Amino acid sequence: MPGYFEPLPDGGAAVALDTVEISIIRSLTVQLLELIGPGPAEDSGADPLAELFAEGPSEPPSDPVLKRLFPDAYGDPAGTPPGAQEAAEQRARSAEFRRYTENDLRAGKRENALAVVRTLDELSSAAGAGPATLKLSPEQSRCWLGALNDLRLALGARLEITDEDEADELYRLPDEDPRKPLVMAYLWLGGLQESLVATLMP
Amino acid sequence: MGHVTAAAPIEIEKTESAQEVDAVPEPDVPWVTIVHNDPVNLMSYVTYVFQTYFGYTKDKATKLMLDVHHKGRAVVSSGTREEMERDVQAMHGYGLWATLQQDRR
Repeated sequence: MPGYFEPLPDGGAAVALDTVEISIIRSLTVQLLELIGPGPAEDSGADPLAELFAEGPSEPPSDPVLKRLFPDAYGDPAGTPPGAQEAAEQRARSAEFRRYTENDLRAGKRENALAVVRTLDELSSAAGAGPATLKLSPEQSRCWLGALNDLRLALGARLEITDEDEADELYRLPDEDPRKPLVMAYLWLGGLQESLVATLMP
Repeated sequence: MGHVTAAAPIEIEKTESAQEVDAVPEPDVPWVTIVHNDPVNLMSYVTYVFQTYFGYTKDKATKLMLDVHHKGRAVVSSGTREEMERDVQAMHGYGLWATLQQDRR
């Protein structure tokens, strides 16, 4: 049965995970890392200053997952479409925002995901092949919380969950539906995240 | 914290030329950060983010979360454009879907 996070006295959290659960979270997190991509310094040779001055992209990403993780900052997604002039202004401002923020946002999400991979690898090497209890410090809990949210946003985008009714439908998918494994992972990660938030609530 | 002295309101007098430089449309209209509903983010997580990032009380954070959930959107902060860009960036960091706009109510 899936485990849930429980609070630790130091403000951290603990959860029992078996090897299959560890490998599912690790594999999804690595896929997310590959999608987010390396930082600008990793593409631009050995110049440490390059990263500081590197500008992010100005165009929104084409991948639906990345588009959801890094949305436009200007423009009302639900409002009446603006006139041509206002739309052009919103595009220009979104592009500028993206240039100055997207590298930092990608770095933050990368760090959270890397913390997940690191803690899982430490757990696997300490526990061997059996089930194990993952213990997180408060800081690691916050990284996990962000990464679990990003993973669920990624799965939600892949499953094209765009409104609450579609999310409810997922609970009733027949076993032979090809989306079933992703849906199971999505729902399970939701339970994990819900229990982790509860341990961090101020 | 001891006693608090009543500060006189500070009046900033703008010279004619400064006002011309500031002649952007509607300079006095504040900017707002809007968080939009999405079916993936957990209600508890959204409340947690509003409490943690903005320092809102549990009641205020919960009310804003419910506005997002039921009305599709909520104004979660207001201020200068730069401040709102900072808030929107932080919301995107948490994975919330946020935009900023000038508040023309």
